[in-house]
Amino acid sequence: MGLPPYAATWERIWYYGFRVFCGFVFLFLIAPILIIVPLSFNADPYFTFTKGMLELQPSAYSLRWYLDIFQNGMVDPSLPKFSWAWLVDSWNNAQWIHATKNSWFIAICATLLSAALGTTAALGLSQSQMPARNLIMSLLISPMIVPLVITSAGLFFFFSDIHLTGTYLGIILAHTVLGTPFVVITVTATLVGFDRSLIRAGQMLGAPPYKVFFKIIMPLILPGVISGALFAFVTSFDEVVAVIFLASYDQRTIPRQMWAGIREQISPTILAVATILIVISICLLTVIELLRRRSERLRGIKPS
Amino acid sequence: MADVSVTGNDMIADDGVPLKVKLARATRRQKIRALMLVAPLGIFILLAFLWPIGKMLFESVYSPDFGRVMNRTAGELAKWDGKGTPGEPAWKALVLDLQQAHKERTIGQAATDINYERPAARSLFTKSARHAKDITGPPYKEGLLKIDKRWDDHGLWALMQRLSNPYTLRFYLNAMDRTYNAQDQIVQQPPERRIYLPLFLRTYILSAAVMLACLVLGYPVAYLLSVLPLKTSNLLMIMVLLPFWTSLLVRTTAWIAMLQREGVINSLLVWAHIISDKERMQLIFNATGTTIAMTHILLPFMILPLYSVMKTIPPSYMRAARSLGANQFTAFTRVYMPQTVPGVGAGCLLVFILAIGYYITPALVGGESGILISNMIAYHMQKSLNWSLAAALGTMLLVSVLLLYWIYNRIVGIDNMKLG
Repeated sequence: MGLPPYAATWERIWYYGFRVFCGFVFLFLIAPILIIVPLSFNADPYFTFTKGMLELQPSAYSLRWYLDIFQNGMVDPSLPKFSWAWLVDSWNNAQWIHATKNSWFIAICATLLSAALGTTAALGLSQSQMPARNLIMSLLISPMIVPLVITSAGLFFFFSDIHLTGTYLGIILAHTVLGTPFVVITVTATLVGFDRSLIRAGQMLGAPPYKVFFKIIMPLILPGVISGALFAFVTSFDEVVAVIFLASYDQRTIPRQMWAGIREQISPTILAVATILIVISICLLTVIELLRRRSERLRGIKPS
Repeated sequence: MADVSVTGNDMIADDGVPLKVKLARATRRQKIRALMLVAPLGIFILLAFLWPIGKMLFESVYSPDFGRVMNRTAGELAKWDGKGTPGEPAWKALVLDLQQAHKERTIGQAATDINYERPAARSLFTKSARHAKDITGPPYKEGLLKIDKRWDDHGLWALMQRLSNPYTLRFYLNAMDRTYNAQDQIVQQPPERRIYLPLFLRTYILSAAVMLACLVLGYPVAYLLSVLPLKTSNLLMIMVLLPFWTSLLVRTTAWIAMLQREGVINSLLVWAHIISDKERMQLIFNATGTTIAMTHILLPFMILPLYSVMKTIPPSYMRAARSLGANQFTAFTRVYMPQTVPGVGAGCLLVFILAIGYYITPALVGGESGILISNMIAYHMQKSLNWSLAAALGTMLLVSVLLLYWIYNRIVGIDNMKLG
């Protein structure tokens, strides 16, 4: 959308004004996230830029909050840093390490479950003979729409009856519920462009159903499955309401630990953790983008 | 495929079965296969999502504690005509119930139940239960009145009659700021004691404000992204997608760092001499903070559907309008904007649905004046432990969300929901 040479003055003003406005919106989107990164290297225990930081004095910056991630909660923080005993103590007792282990464990279990359940359901939903397709689809998607507080409250009532509150299984099941809609949506979207004659060709050539599934269907819908699984993973990794309602201290995840940190003792350690999470989300973003391109290439859409 | 021979009007396969029947069978088999594939997730969602929500609905109308602890009184009150205070048998039942509840230490449950409806009733119950053993024989009414005169109160007995029934709508009345007056009629609470209706109102207003802010900020950006060359727009798209993929807690933390009194925005304004050091603005722990942070968090949910709609509008339409004599403004408002309405609808509904159920961000940056109905639900779940009221509030919120979801489904269609 170039500006034509015959544009009137007010059109020029409009054109540049529009771009400046958009620039501000982009700034609004990205600035809060970027501002966290330098703040996490603060040498002082504040959430703000100190005078020294603005003057770029090296002494105003430090890695102490990153070290604190490994140390907070240790039995004996006076051990020599990075010695074997220090590492063991950190691995077993540091709060953030504990939360990280929980987050990964819960997210991976929930992702595997939702990917398996969601992909199977999407395969069924995309068949032309599926009865009551729209109704079933809206039911399966609804966990994404219903506010988390309501889902968590309902699960709390239910899990209290069957003694699943404060257990890993309870959290994993809750996160699976929240993750499946994403898998269903992405895999169904991938299957829209799926050429069903490939399945028939496979069957005609004598492949049994499982072989058709693993050799023909799976490779083609894999990008959809993976990006759905990534969504499910991020949902679980980022989810905090269900954890607040259903988990005890043992199942604390990273967001739960951040929640407690912001409410109780606000320290730049949270900013250090946030910076690490931002780096992780940049990696995820890259993976998703690569998958999208691969999927477009495979389905013969002109690469963009 | 079998050979086909034609006899009369029906085509018959070589095993003698009409082709129509065979086709119907094959279709049914396919249907069953499709259903079988959906079944595992369907059953899982039914058990781990719909059933719990059903439990919540049940919890909101079911409250058996009072009737269970005070079961003799409940039995007597079922026969009561509701005028004045009941006769001696009900007083006797009450004394016996109080004695037993004190012995079994269950009086707390009944007292808590009645305390939700009438503050200070707890002390009346616990005190009377402690002293009930002194009443050894009739007249029970005088005995009980000697312990506490407050028992001679029609409203209290009417309340106990209502509480005796385990199935109740009183939590909904409570959630709608309604109460019973002295004549046992349902009336609205006086304005200063209304809590939930103003909170619902605030939730809707704040969500609408966030939705509007997202539309105003998102529409131009989506337009810019859709008209720029792909290389540039893909690059700019990262700026939209990075917040989308960043943890909610991280973004909320970021806004605390930005908005607090010593935060980045205030410091920038002071540095630029727009405000003095003393006039730093209170941007956080109020409704302003909630609105700003939620707008930031939900903006990608507006931009992405808008972008996917705008991407499909051919630029030649605008050029055609221009060449037919419309100026830039007319061409944009009369030709371009009507075509973006589906995207606007999808984005606004999505943002609004997500906003009215928001919990984390208002809890962290909302302070007193910026909290939403979800925060009240969480409060009753975790702090006040009035689960039935939490369930009733949750049900009311759920109804609004489902209504919007239904509209979304009608207008946009679930299938068109796009991610990332």
